Amino acid sequence: MKDNRPTNINILTIKFPLPAISSILHRISGAFIFVGIAFLLYILELSLRSESGFAQVLELLDHFLVKLFAWAILAGLLFHLIAGFKHLLMDLGIGESFEAGLLGARLVFVVSIIAAAVAGVWIW
Amino acid sequence: MVTNVSNLGRSGVYAWVVQRSSAVILLAYSLFILGCFVFHPDMNYEQWKAIFSSNAIRIFSLITLLALCGHAWIGMWTISTDYLTSRQIGSSATFLRLAFQTFCVLLILIYLIWGIQIFWNME
Repeated sequence: MKDNRPTNINILTIKFPLPAISSILHRISGAFIFVGIAFLLYILELSLRSESGFAQVLELLDHFLVKLFAWAILAGLLFHLIAGFKHLLMDLGIGESFEAGLLGARLVFVVSIIAAAVAGVWIW
Repeated sequence: MVTNVSNLGRSGVYAWVVQRSSAVILLAYSLFILGCFVFHPDMNYEQWKAIFSSNAIRIFSLITLLALCGHAWIGMWTISTDYLTSRQIGSSATFLRLAFQTFCVLLILIYLIWGIQIFWNME
């Protein structure tokens, strides 16, 4: 059957509900951490190699841009974990209704922002 | 049943289960690392090294590394098959998608081998 209905896949004109934003950020944060793992493995290796390597990592994490990058990975990871935790709850049948979906997405953002702020305070 | 040659598990149910079980492992490991920093805020090198030298933590780390590889592959595969399609980006989609997937597989293999070296080399 030929479908002649108009389709709109222009992301600039689609209005996204909060759960949709949470969903796309879950994907973006996932892709971002995937690349960021390289940095985490690098500092893990350096920190475990020797006493001086450990000191080098602390020194490295003193630079503003490195701190910013480390915070971005940490914030991305925290959001991904929190949104993922909500996903697992929904897989168990918790919070699947329309209202609960919106509440869940709101909670994910609130908890993530708090977690990212705490991570920022910890890094700086 | 939908199958796709680049979906390594060949079935969506398999990918679904792997994604959830690996997520639980990754969450547990993240909480463990977080706990290390919360309970030992001023760790020195000896303490840090001692954590990763313990055999239990070494096994936990390697299991997490494997979970990470599976989790990352399924996630990146899903992203690539959702957005790098001919509907979204035209006729070059198949080439770009396979190139992207190849890059992801290579990066995952690098992480796996590098990670094994890091956790295995601890004495």
